[in-house]
Amino acid sequence: MSVMKRLSGIVQAKANKALDKAENPADMLDLTYEKQLENLQKVRRALADVATAKKRLELQANDLQSQADKLQSQAKQALAQGQEDLAREALTRRSAIGEQLEGLGTQHQQVEAQEAQLTQTSQRLSAQIESFRTKKETMKATYQASKAEAGIGEAVSGIGESMTDAGMTMQRAQDKIAQMQARAGAVDELLTSGALPDVTGSTPDDIQAQLNAASAQSEVDAQLAAMKAELSPGGDQQAIGAGQSAGAESAAGSGAVTTEDDVAEATIADTSGGNGSGGQS
Amino acid sequence: MIIRILGDRQYQVPEKDLAEIERLDQAMTSALDTGDDAAFSAALTDLIAKVRSSCDPLPDDDGRTSDMVVPHEGASLQEVRDMLDAGV
Repeated sequence: MSVMKRLSGIVQAKANKALDKAENPADMLDLTYEKQLENLQKVRRALADVATAKKRLELQANDLQSQADKLQSQAKQALAQGQEDLAREALTRRSAIGEQLEGLGTQHQQVEAQEAQLTQTSQRLSAQIESFRTKKETMKATYQASKAEAGIGEAVSGIGESMTDAGMTMQRAQDKIAQMQARAGAVDELLTSGALPDVTGSTPDDIQAQLNAASAQSEVDAQLAAMKAELSPGGDQQAIGAGQSAGAESAAGSGAVTTEDDVAEATIADTSGGNGSGGQS
Repeated sequence: MIIRILGDRQYQVPEKDLAEIERLDQAMTSALDTGDDAAFSAALTDLIAKVRSSCDPLPDDDGRTSDMVVPHEGASLQEVRDMLDAGV
């Protein structure tokens, strides 16, 4: 049997179950009306749940985005300090966050689709309830006058089908929210465990600590260099010092990423080159 | 012939469009049977587009029951399979 026919069978069977059977058709009309009102209340609550889930996704996406931005600028800072490994670490974490963000984006689209379907369901149910409220009084009067069912069964089964549709749509939204909450919980766990450093800064940020340590170190180095310069009696050493820093600057200027070892090697090469040319002249 | 799209509304199907709708229903059913997610999603999307473009929407308080029911827009093969397996 085709999907549409099987689904129709399921919906009709659920619809028959959805409404309480009453001995008296007039009572049946009132019971159906009460069920309709209950059903609409449930749909409205489901809509509120969807809105809450959407808000949570948005807050998490914001947190992750600012974390990604922070790691991006930390990577730049690390590179400027010549700490390529640290820059690589920051960018690796940033890319993991990027994946999480993509997942949240997909979920956000899904939750918006659920919201749209439930909003529409709620509007249609409201219209049906309003129409049935007046119709059922006419039907009751007809029934009481003639004892003929006057299409009551038909009207009620259509309502049962709409309520079943609403119930299935709510169930689907609730399943999606449950999946979303499981994932949101996992992201929260990642954030608190430090695998993704906490944006709020409540847990220590190891990358920032290393950046701070490096800049403190280079400040100390600069102060030491200045002190050495003051203490040294001759102008020769100052000239060599100037030569070294010029060499380092030109290496940085050429766009190459220079580690401390590279600079040291380059300096040795410069010095031996200088000696060689000195020997020739 | 009346069709309901879950999470949407009911539609009256014109006689001339019935064959095409049945063809899409069959494509969706074959995809469900073979477990082909992409083909299932494509058939469902086409089916919903076809119903919305060529069938007349029924008023919200029409009250008649549907002859056929289309899954929710965007429903995955697994979701529909679960719905059918869960039954009533």
